[in-house]
Amino acid sequence: MEIADKKRILRDMLFSRRFEERCYEAYVERKIGGFLHLYPGQEACVHGVMEAARPGHDYVITGYRDHIHAIRCGADPKAVMAELFGKETGVSRGRGGSMHLFDVKHRFMGGYALVGGPFPLAAGMAKAIQMRGGDEIAICFLGDAANNQGTFHESLNMAALWKLPVLYVCENNLYGIGTRIDRSTAVVDQYKRVCGYGIPAAQADGQDVEAVARAAAAAVDHVRGGGGPYFLELLTYRYRGHSMSDSNAYRAKEEERMWSGRDPIILLRDRLIEAGAMTKEDYKALDTEILEEIEEEIIAFAESSPPPAVEDLERYVWAEDGSCRSGGAG
Amino acid sequence: MGVLMYWEAIRRAHDEELANDPMVIVMGEDVGVAGGTYKATRGLYEKYGPERVIDTPISENSYTGLGIGASFLGVRPIIELMSVNFAWLALDQIANTAAKVRYMSGGQLSAPVVIRSPGGSAHQLGSQHSARMEKVFMSIAGLRVVTPSNPRQAYGLLKSAVRCNDPVFINEHELMYNLKGEVPDGEYFHPLEGSELAREGRDVTLFGYNVSVHLCLQAADVLAREHGIEAEVVDLYALSPLDRAGIARSVARTHRAVVVEEAEAPVGVGAEVIAILNEECFFELDAPPRRVSARNVPIPYARNLEKAAVPHAADVVQAVLGLFGRT
Ligand SMILES: Cc1ncc(C[n+]2csc(CCOP(=O)(O)OP(=O)(O)O)c2C)c(N)n1
Ligand SMILES: [Mg+2]
Repeated sequence: MEIADKKRILRDMLFSRRFEERCYEAYVERKIGGFLHLYPGQEACVHGVMEAARPGHDYVITGYRDHIHAIRCGADPKAVMAELFGKETGVSRGRGGSMHLFDVKHRFMGGYALVGGPFPLAAGMAKAIQMRGGDEIAICFLGDAANNQGTFHESLNMAALWKLPVLYVCENNLYGIGTRIDRSTAVVDQYKRVCGYGIPAAQADGQDVEAVARAAAAAVDHVRGGGGPYFLELLTYRYRGHSMSDSNAYRAKEEERMWSGRDPIILLRDRLIEAGAMTKEDYKALDTEILEEIEEEIIAFAESSPPPAVEDLERYVWAEDGSCRSGGAG
Repeated sequence: MGVLMYWEAIRRAHDEELANDPMVIVMGEDVGVAGGTYKATRGLYEKYGPERVIDTPISENSYTGLGIGASFLGVRPIIELMSVNFAWLALDQIANTAAKVRYMSGGQLSAPVVIRSPGGSAHQLGSQHSARMEKVFMSIAGLRVVTPSNPRQAYGLLKSAVRCNDPVFINEHELMYNLKGEVPDGEYFHPLEGSELAREGRDVTLFGYNVSVHLCLQAADVLAREHGIEAEVVDLYALSPLDRAGIARSVARTHRAVVVEEAEAPVGVGAEVIAILNEECFFELDAPPRRVSARNVPIPYARNLEKAAVPHAADVVQAVLGLFGRT
């Protein structure tokens, strides 16, 4: 990977971290409501995979921990923050919230709250791609605990059966809310669970963005090259609670310490410093610049945007194009 | 107009829609090589191939979800769920994704899928194959629910549903696939909203849908012949959205109403229609409206018990006579 690329990725990952931390504050300030699932610790996963994929071209779908996935596909961070603030200028016009970001123009096909819901949706998008004959692929990011849903197995089976161009990325952060993986799941290595479907699978270090990008490149090549589905497991960790209501009391301090020593941002930063491509001061300056951008552009935009009009409450339930009214003849 | 059986009408609609648009696909258990449990897709696999007429594994929630995901990108799937009893397994994707995705994306995405499934009690199929689930589906905002009572509707509703950009659930009936009826020879798109007058009458309105329309029509004959009561029969082929105006219009003429449903009464079509009457035309009513429904039990196996669990035309006649104080 070129130095310039590493620098760009470092900036993106640091931006992701600061964006999420600012969401935390905004939640405490009661600017953001409902459920809020943050991404710190896992940044190398989406940034590494999307480095190998084609953001805005490939179709991406995920669960409720979706802010950074949306932004990495091309969603405007201002519109993402505005969505969290419940504003009309939000990516989903304030109708979705944190767990339901959508930016279809950039082929970010949504965040979904039901664990395991996106598995078949991704396979379906891949079916559509296959019918249309394009070179896009569908990419589904979900957690480790989601693999205990029936949709995981049902979707893998169909994806393999019909050779669908879909990449399943499992961000294995070792927990489903407060339940550690070895207490919920008979086989802890998630990539091993896929072999029963004849789907190639790999496991990679989800804290090292270069390792993720390498593993993802092989995965993407396989899927885009017509090889059918692929399953990529990334070993990672979330630094915060599952959502805002989570005290995190179920995790051993020792374990948390071990993983914070493997911070994906610090790992990449130190590599750049070692290579002489960056100084600690450069990094500090970058951080300051990002914090300013978030405050002065992103938060300001979200704050000053108008909420959706109450008169529009019942819009977007039914088609507004007349396709159903006339009996479809139109 | 030719006479077709209900299944033939559905098959013809599939065939025409597959021919009309290469993005239309059909999916479900045994819809391909086997031609469909009720023959509704017979011959289509041979004609359109395995990529478009897809035999799925027995994974209701996931192949429904797969169809929904495909519809995000322009595919128009017609999904057959072999029986509504199995549709419970697909409710997650139907209710949580298809019905809500346009709303929660602020209008960016929609899920134009058609989901067809037969429900109803038939001949001693037992508790787990006799569910009537229309009440469940019609309670989901964002999901259209239609239910054909005859081959013409079965044909025209499916055609319209495929062209509609909302998800549509088509509630068919186990007992009706061999029902014969006239279907227009040319293409015909039945509206997905509204209601139909199945019989005119001035004394009472009988509301039915799907199989219960036939109970209403039988009862109306008896009422006219033996009791001098002229019943109007309104066919509620669209259960969501319901035809509020049409419901009120008929009762404003007849001043009496009975709702006939093959399902259990609680939280059902009868409850909903009577609530609409209260809201729209309470002062037009000359008598409290009534429901004729199934008994609130799982459908039993024994022939006599099954018969006692579901409504019959005679029950409709009794309910109408009750409205006139003639029992
Ligand atoms: C079907 C369903 N069941 C339960 C929940 C509640 N829930 C939300 S997130 C979650 C844990 C999921 O963990 P994982 O898939 O590992 O993803 P992570 O949160 O770790 O990113 C649970 C149980 C849900 N949203 N959907
Ligand atoms: Mg997890």
